[in-house]
Amino acid sequence: MKALDNAVLPATLEVRNLCTSFHTRDGILPAVRDVSLRLQPGRILGLVGESGSGKSVTGFSILGLVDAPGRISSGEILFHGQDLVQLRPSQLRHLQGNRIAMIFQDPMMTLNPVLRIDTQMIEAVRAHNPMSTREARQHACETLASMGIASPEERLRAYPHQLSGGMRQRVAIAIALLHRPDLIIADEPTTALDVTIQAQILGEVQKLVREQGTALIWITHDLSVVAGLADDVAVMYAGRIVEQGSVDAVLDQPLHPYTQGLIDSLPSRNRRGQRLRQIPGMAPDLLSMPVGCAFAERCSRVSSACSEQPQPLEIEPGRSVRCFHPGVAHGQ
Amino acid sequence: MIRVQSLWQRGALDFLRAPMAIVGLLILALVVLAALFAPWITPQNPYDLMQLDVLDARLAPGATSSEGHYTYWLGTDGQGRDLYSAIVYGLRISLLVGVGSALIAAVIGTLIGLVSAYAGGWVDALLMRLVDLLLSFPGILMALMILAWLGKGVGNVVLTLVVLEWAYYARTARGQALVESRREYVEAARGQGISRWRILVGHILPNCLPPLIVIGALQIARAITLEATLSFLGLGVPITEPSLGLLIANGFQFMLGDEYWISVFPGLALLLTIVAINLVGDRLRDVLNPRLQR
Amino acid sequence: MTLWLLRRVGQAVLVMLLMTLIVFVGLNAIGNPVDILIGEDLNQAERLQAIARLGLDQPLWQQYLTFLDGALHGHLGKSFVHHEDALQLILQRLPATFELAFSALLMAIVIGVPLGLFAGLYPDHFASRLMMTGSIVGFSLPSFWVALMLIMLFSVHLGWLPASGRGATREWLGIQWSWLTLDGWQHLLLPALNLALFKISLVLRLTRAGVREILPQDFVKFARAKGLSPLRVTLMHVLRNTLIPLVTVLGLELGSTIAYAVVTESIFAWPGAGKLILDSINTLDRPVVVAYLMVVVVIFVSLNLLVDVLYRLLDPRVRLEGAQ
Repeated sequence: MKALDNAVLPATLEVRNLCTSFHTRDGILPAVRDVSLRLQPGRILGLVGESGSGKSVTGFSILGLVDAPGRISSGEILFHGQDLVQLRPSQLRHLQGNRIAMIFQDPMMTLNPVLRIDTQMIEAVRAHNPMSTREARQHACETLASMGIASPEERLRAYPHQLSGGMRQRVAIAIALLHRPDLIIADEPTTALDVTIQAQILGEVQKLVREQGTALIWITHDLSVVAGLADDVAVMYAGRIVEQGSVDAVLDQPLHPYTQGLIDSLPSRNRRGQRLRQIPGMAPDLLSMPVGCAFAERCSRVSSACSEQPQPLEIEPGRSVRCFHPGVAHGQ
Repeated sequence: MIRVQSLWQRGALDFLRAPMAIVGLLILALVVLAALFAPWITPQNPYDLMQLDVLDARLAPGATSSEGHYTYWLGTDGQGRDLYSAIVYGLRISLLVGVGSALIAAVIGTLIGLVSAYAGGWVDALLMRLVDLLLSFPGILMALMILAWLGKGVGNVVLTLVVLEWAYYARTARGQALVESRREYVEAARGQGISRWRILVGHILPNCLPPLIVIGALQIARAITLEATLSFLGLGVPITEPSLGLLIANGFQFMLGDEYWISVFPGLALLLTIVAINLVGDRLRDVLNPRLQR
Repeated sequence: MTLWLLRRVGQAVLVMLLMTLIVFVGLNAIGNPVDILIGEDLNQAERLQAIARLGLDQPLWQQYLTFLDGALHGHLGKSFVHHEDALQLILQRLPATFELAFSALLMAIVIGVPLGLFAGLYPDHFASRLMMTGSIVGFSLPSFWVALMLIMLFSVHLGWLPASGRGATREWLGIQWSWLTLDGWQHLLLPALNLALFKISLVLRLTRAGVREILPQDFVKFARAKGLSPLRVTLMHVLRNTLIPLVTVLGLELGSTIAYAVVTESIFAWPGAGKLILDSINTLDRPVVVAYLMVVVVIFVSLNLLVDVLYRLLDPRVRLEGAQ
């Protein structure tokens, strides 16, 4: 997919300057700060960051699932041009699970342990499509089968704890696909799984997304997953997107020092016998953030300019970075 | 020990953040003070049969005594006792029995719980099965049975309550001790060669205190209620030294005749005391529960 | 499942046997069993006869076996006061006690669960805070005093409901029940309410705590992500998961309710087993006390067993363990 296509097709999702904060007893925690994204139908965006970077909260914000004491404080989330932030809960519910779906990280926790799989799938079907229980069950069965799950009837009658981790996640993916949504947000869906299962599921998801033209946001902390799966990537740090672009561009020529650090610390990038490269320092405490660039204290390129907050610098259409020293390679 | 100190300090400030807890604490302070200074703040000793005048029986609140010495602010009961005095003295008994039984049960129960955790093996299993058995039976039935064999009297009531209560402390102390014994500081202490018993008493015990305190507070309320109930049923304290429960029982017959005060006022005093203790205990539980702290 | 059931039943039987042993030992340790079981106003010859008849001249272990044998056949002595079989006396009064206890528990569930659900969903609402403080008052109230207040208000001052006694009964399954008549309900309402007050507070707090624990869990969020209506999320996911452990607590509370009925029955002159036992204690009618103890033990052990089975049935994670 060339960069030209980005400008031609109407965006499925466009996030503009999203800010989500948590009003806790100890102060206001800005989890998502000034995040802007654009996603075309059929494209996969990898949202990468450490834990606490705000990537999951971004996902929840898009779907309207941010729980108190958190709330979206400003920004727009345009889904097919409609601002989701302005919608009433009942209108939002119409979209949830229907046109926008979410896959969570740990399927053992996301499926209700005391209900059968068929109950949980049927209710998802009937929430947006008034059909009989039998018909809904049929649809659920077909969806499971279309994902290549053997003996779907048996799976339907089972309880979540009776299935393996990989199977549970496949069920969760199936639930997300029940109404053929235009957008799927997957929050670290393979982190809790075996590496081999992970590879399988990645392949399956990629195939399904291409077939149905669904837009997908894949949230992860693992850059290597993004490399194999996504078309575009957005790197998050301390609630902000520090670098965005197509996967090839960003991974070949990382502009932000944090992105460079992430790539360097991948095991595949390190030679045997060498010390593993790490980014020095720790992620900042979100409650006491410095005014300037949040990465400054860990950065090898830091200068006096970095005491100001860098705004997104657009290098080319679809490629941007927040840094006063983009692209300067640090000493090898 | 540093852990324990900061918990107390933080806990105290946290505790006072709830208005209901403060209310409870104030009421409790009032009750305790009244009970302590009973002889000085009451016009009459309701247990001294010489001071009672049967002619003054069942007088409405606000009436004056037949000898004109003082006013019966809360009226009198069926035997001519000044209800206000009887209530204050009754509170004494309630607090004595409640706190006394809770303390004794706490000491015994904690000891057994710690021993159980320390010994482990079949001793532990046996003791805990006993505790489970004891706790699965409703207190009032056991109390009835025990008092039926033993007979009336304050001492017997305290004994009964202790038998009922120790199991709660034992179970909690044992559970906490087992959890604590797996913490690193215990490993470190053992690595230094400190004897297991010293570790138990010096290190583990202080960290078991928070949940035990919570249980203690709530148990006191329960003990007071139970004593009142038993006295009401005629199985607790003797007739000549009425506790609040017995006062209420005595007033039962007069209620249908519109002489409500004989049962209502002691009941209110009892209610206030128990509510105050429960408010404080409930707040303590919220404050001292490590799981709820952020 | 069946293996576990067998084991559980075995345990229950063992506990019951243990209790019979304790009761028996208690009988012998506390006082002269002759006096306890026979009574004191018999002359010497009659006493010797009674001793021989009851086998009290035999060695202790033999006596125990006889006692056990008698217990299994339902012979636990004759009441001194009523001169009837003690066990029969108790069994006759049990339906009234059950009626009271069940009504109280039902009230507690019907009132406590919805209120607790609300308090759990909206913990900062004014009504929720009120309910929480109210519930503390609720379980602080000494039930006997509340009973007096209820009688004073509803019977003496308002005259709406009767102050004592059980209402008219109708037969069902061979037993007389008063909840089948209107008059029965009028008599049942106050005592059941009195018993229920403590339970309502308990159920309210438990439900609220359960809801607050379940609500932040991922599967609730996932249910909302599926676009389910808030009603369905609340009932099918939040409430259902909260109720499962709650049910077991309630089952055990039934036992406690039956026990505390003693006080309520005494005040409202409700002709149940509780009132009987109190009277028997006061009149030193020991055989009835012994029989009551045995009955209570059986009820409690069975209740515990039932609750365990119920929990296994309701929670599929526990039920299907080992059946994979």
